[in-house]
Amino acid sequence: MNKILVVVTTVVVLLTACDAGPGDGAAEPFASRYAGLESGTTLLQGATVLTGTGERLDNADVLIADGKIVAVGVGLTADGADIVDASGKWVTPGVIDVHSHLGVYPSPGTQSHSDGNEVTGPVTAEVWAEHSVWPHDPGFVTALAGGVTSMQVLPGSANLIGGRGVTLKNVPGRNVMDMKFPGAPHGMKMACGENPKRVYGGRGQSPMTRMGNVAGYRQAWIDAADYRDKMEAAEAGKGEAPKRDLRLETLAGVLDGEILVHNHCYRADEMSVMIDIAKEFGYTIAAFHHAVEAYKIGDLLAESDTCAAMWADWWGFKMEAYDGIRENAAIVDKAGACAIIHSDSGIGIQRLNQETAKVMGAAARVGVDISPEHAIQWITKNPAKALGVQDVVGTLEAGKMADVVMWSGNPFSVYARAEQVFIDGALAYDRDDPSVNPVTDFSLGTAATTGGAQ
Amino acid sequence: MRNLTIALLAIIFVGVAHAETTAIVGATVHTVGPYGTLENATIIISDGRIIAVGDNMKAPDGATVVDASGKIITPGLFTPYGSLGLVEVGFSAGPDDSVQRGDEFTASFDIADAYNRRSTLIGINRIEGVTRALIAPNASEPDESGNTSHVISGLATVVNLGDGPGSIDRRAAALVVNLGEPSVELAGGSRAALLMTLRQALDETRDFRDHSDAHERGQHSDYTYSVADLEALQAVLSGDVPMLAIIDRASDIEILIALAQEYGIRTIIGGGVEAWMLADELAASNIPVILAPTANLPSNFDRLNASLKSAPILAAAGVKIAFADGQSQTHNARNITQSAGNAVAEGLPWDDALRAITLTPAEMYGVSDRVGSIEAGKDADIVIWPGDPLELTNYPEQVFIKGKSVEMVSRQTLLRDRYLDTDDKRPPAYRN
Repeated sequence: MNKILVVVTTVVVLLTACDAGPGDGAAEPFASRYAGLESGTTLLQGATVLTGTGERLDNADVLIADGKIVAVGVGLTADGADIVDASGKWVTPGVIDVHSHLGVYPSPGTQSHSDGNEVTGPVTAEVWAEHSVWPHDPGFVTALAGGVTSMQVLPGSANLIGGRGVTLKNVPGRNVMDMKFPGAPHGMKMACGENPKRVYGGRGQSPMTRMGNVAGYRQAWIDAADYRDKMEAAEAGKGEAPKRDLRLETLAGVLDGEILVHNHCYRADEMSVMIDIAKEFGYTIAAFHHAVEAYKIGDLLAESDTCAAMWADWWGFKMEAYDGIRENAAIVDKAGACAIIHSDSGIGIQRLNQETAKVMGAAARVGVDISPEHAIQWITKNPAKALGVQDVVGTLEAGKMADVVMWSGNPFSVYARAEQVFIDGALAYDRDDPSVNPVTDFSLGTAATTGGAQ
Repeated sequence: MRNLTIALLAIIFVGVAHAETTAIVGATVHTVGPYGTLENATIIISDGRIIAVGDNMKAPDGATVVDASGKIITPGLFTPYGSLGLVEVGFSAGPDDSVQRGDEFTASFDIADAYNRRSTLIGINRIEGVTRALIAPNASEPDESGNTSHVISGLATVVNLGDGPGSIDRRAAALVVNLGEPSVELAGGSRAALLMTLRQALDETRDFRDHSDAHERGQHSDYTYSVADLEALQAVLSGDVPMLAIIDRASDIEILIALAQEYGIRTIIGGGVEAWMLADELAASNIPVILAPTANLPSNFDRLNASLKSAPILAAAGVKIAFADGQSQTHNARNITQSAGNAVAEGLPWDDALRAITLTPAEMYGVSDRVGSIEAGKDADIVIWPGDPLELTNYPEQVFIKGKSVEMVSRQTLLRDRYLDTDDKRPPAYRN
């Protein structure tokens, strides 16, 4: 019972934290209108359960009611529950992708759909990815078939500061508000390295170099701190509040700890510099994204409590990705830092379990054994932590949202498929029953509406 | 005992051979050849070739014996399309030798001489089981001076990923043509013009074939294409070289099938996102398809009907298939096993999936007399796995290319070893 009380308190805190507006009394704009599908009582019986807390339970049951996990254990019963025979199956928390561009770079990838990068200036903290999300991106549905129940949709990496990211529940909606994860804090995208300096350097403007990048971040934080100080002073009755500025409001939200920094950064030396900038201005970086060289600085990541969100094996497509190795996440994990496997891809997001499996195999090759119950955390609990929603989702613990995947077998087998996906206790996807599954407006009339699942 | 004859022959062979002989014993061998899967099998290698394979066969006297008991053995993997050895870092970091722009060459552009067998990509993919690859010229956007690449991009080459000289297995293994949405701009903005470009080239080639003497004497009209290009195209018209058409949309593939028939061209489809919709027609026309089994998103309007079921549907209809992942077919050519595994998960028989990444590409490019399966007489490209090679948790324990045991080291394993050992407190640059 304690657990449930803790959870309820946390939700309240999150909801409060999300209200980063100027406090003018108006309702929060673009607030979540997520309602969820109808959820009854469901008992998944006899599965191998990876709880997401590092535990594995064999021949175990998961009981779901009213959208929440009620219990996980052996020999559970519940009156009137829908019984799902999960013998031979594996059950895990819903997969969470901390780095997606679904909706902002949707399929089809036409120029007219290119809504992820506001390439009009190196600092565009004022833009919000959610205002670009096209809910009919067929990629949401194919991701669901891969067991993805939540994701953060981020702006691209053309800018030093690209704008706010949004965390979504992977449910169909008429607009982004229908999909927004209730109570989740905003993210803010920052980008190191090649992309911003190429985009703006190519126009003969700053930043043209990595040192130009760093000057750009620091200047933005100086402006933000000044704005925050003036706002606080005005609230305390000292002086007039400055005119509301959307750009500075987002940055000040980071300094206040209400908005979480998600920093695209490949190289170890640049990540190290970014950690110093964060210390200089008094914020923490929730996660480095891509983090191809995170394995070189696992200790620094652990110290600064910054997650590294990584691919299993993307490398070499650009210079700053040249040192990518498959063991990256395993070495970060071994150093005691928070390891995440992310996608940044509409194809990759469908198989985060397989990407994790590649790392497990590569690590085993050099004598580092990573168990399934440990590895599953890289795509469930750890991304939930980086998104600031770990108290309500990401593990199979009583009181948490019932975002649950039942796999046909060990999810780290290439042959495993998500058979049933539950979001807040409701069956959102069923591999064997197409009538359950969403079809986006765009996919109507095409022959492969659910990625071949039918 | 099925292979008694071959086994006996082999022993006779070994008796007279002076070359070093290796016998790999005890494994389950997926030969992808006529013998199917053999348990507790022996593979005898001499002079770079497989001289025998069979079950319950003794290693010849004096052979170096590799004990592979409990292991799985497959032929070396063959990645059927990509730029291995043609590019080091993909973006903003020096030339990509797979792309050629300008007016001088089209069909005669031969990629082979750009191949760099010392590229870091080669070692990285080699130790994960890739032993052969088709490297292909690509089309790309215009450069800063406005030079465009070509619809008819040039000649692809089969290479082996061995670490010695002699990497080129077969030049002019295919002529690459880029049809479909991404290439429309190359032909002036309409896909009708793409087809017209191709037809014009083929018509000129026919004309040149019939009048080449007169042309050389200056008694026949000039051609749009150079003599070198027309000669390269002639090998396509004659059926000696297949045309590898990069194409996705079903309606475009219908046109391609008709065109291939009209000109009598051997054709291979690359990409082929909507090819599954024409599975029976492709089977009837004996046109194989190289596809990415996981490409299920309608990423453009040529791919509106993308499906995870492509591979099993095509295979069930009798179409020969091979796998290349559009996103990572060069740096991560090694992920060909992931493609195969996912195709199996969607219904492709396991043996068909293994064939798709070994023998089928070898057949497509006319090198199956040398590679693609574990059979007496073929090059000894052998991969020893700890378990199912399609499972992503399994990595090769040893790779042989042309009978040579590959050093299982790459730039990535060196990086790994430097940073995995946290006991060494010196700066990383001093760690070995």
